[in-house]
Amino acid sequence: MGKLKVALYWGAGCGGCEIAQLQIGDKLLKLVEAADIVFWPVAIDVKYKDVEAMPDKSIDACLFNGAIRNSEQEHMARMLREKSKIMIAYGSCAYEGCIPGLANLFNRKTIFDRIYLETESTDNKDKILPQTSYKVPEGELTIPKFYDTVKSLRQTVEVDYVVPGCPPEERTTWLALEALIQGKLPPKGTVISHNAKAVCDDCPRKRDVKKIKKIYRNYEIITDPEICLLEQGLLCGGIATRGGCGAPCPQANMPCTGCYGPVEGVIDQGAHFLSALASVIDSNDPEEIRRIVDDIPDPAGSFYRYSLPDSLLRGARIK
Amino acid sequence: MSFEPKIVAFLCNWCSYRVAGAAGTAPAKFNANIKPVRVMCSGRVEPDFILKAFISGADGVLVFGCQPGDCHYSEGNYKTMRRIALLKKTLSQLGIEDGRLRLEWVSPSEGDRFLAITNEMTEQIIKLGPFSHRNGESSG
Repeated sequence: MGKLKVALYWGAGCGGCEIAQLQIGDKLLKLVEAADIVFWPVAIDVKYKDVEAMPDKSIDACLFNGAIRNSEQEHMARMLREKSKIMIAYGSCAYEGCIPGLANLFNRKTIFDRIYLETESTDNKDKILPQTSYKVPEGELTIPKFYDTVKSLRQTVEVDYVVPGCPPEERTTWLALEALIQGKLPPKGTVISHNAKAVCDDCPRKRDVKKIKKIYRNYEIITDPEICLLEQGLLCGGIATRGGCGAPCPQANMPCTGCYGPVEGVIDQGAHFLSALASVIDSNDPEEIRRIVDDIPDPAGSFYRYSLPDSLLRGARIK
Repeated sequence: MSFEPKIVAFLCNWCSYRVAGAAGTAPAKFNANIKPVRVMCSGRVEPDFILKAFISGADGVLVFGCQPGDCHYSEGNYKTMRRIALLKKTLSQLGIEDGRLRLEWVSPSEGDRFLAITNEMTEQIIKLGPFSHRNGESSG
């Protein structure tokens, strides 16, 4: 059997997914033994036009990380989809929109206004905003179009598999790559992780009676190392988040922020998280409930930290 | 053309659904803007249901439950009380006006109050105008 051809690309991401891919360490050698990397902007010098010249479906698998925030990313997503037999959404941005997707609390206009006109350090007397094309004596310069709304890769092209995480844990990355190398990929559409149940299933902390009177921010409390963080009043999203990561965050005294996406069968992770939280608040008095809830400074950002573009509402309504 | 709002009303089987049945047969019928969905308990109304109603064309959502202390399953409506409080706070950040979602307790005998609430809600949604959710268009 010939070597596999693998492409890796990044959309609107932070570079953390590339680090996660390198983090598999010596297993990387197993990957290059089995596969030729034909495109990987972070590591090898292959141009867009080289990809364009590749025949359709000539790439066996593309690991695409990052969300779709501008026209260049959408163009590359579509091109790589055509060139690849298998499209893998690698990491939370490609899967659900992730942190770049929190920009959907705003739109292009409010983002541009803030960045180019309003920030305290802005000096832009002529109120110049980015244009997609600009004529200079040498010709026309163009830059990609900044979209109004961030989309995930899954909302842009057909995706065959998802590797969840921000970034995916080493063992999750290898679970996917090993399956790819051995030709033992699960059924199409699978979110590849070691556990389809919640992070709580991976978490060794003790769960008892889930009842909370106050919600704390991380710096406001020194937590007991043995007891469930949610029961101690931290916004731990493990209950609404797919496991398989091994629960490293709660084991390091940090609440789960939800990066592996919803548990199997759930569409809207944020709604699921807030519903679970509502169940553990220990009050039947509307005033007291309001006080407890008011301790959450950023509910949308807390419940939808990784999944706003993929949520039912997809973002905020901007008037 | 005047705006005829669509309001999805989740009705608990043990209170508001009975009221709605009675109200429906009484001379003062509840208005056609109200689209009833029967559930066994207001506690069954997950936040997902409400979000789905909005993205499926509802301009407003009403959730009815039994009076506090009267839940057929003892605790379901308290859970709803907490969920809706959290959901409302989240929705305000997502640009959805507070008045588009309303939680009310009615007992099976409160037909007039049920009618008054549905009429008030209809008026309120007419004032707020049609709901349009972010359609996810990446360009434009």
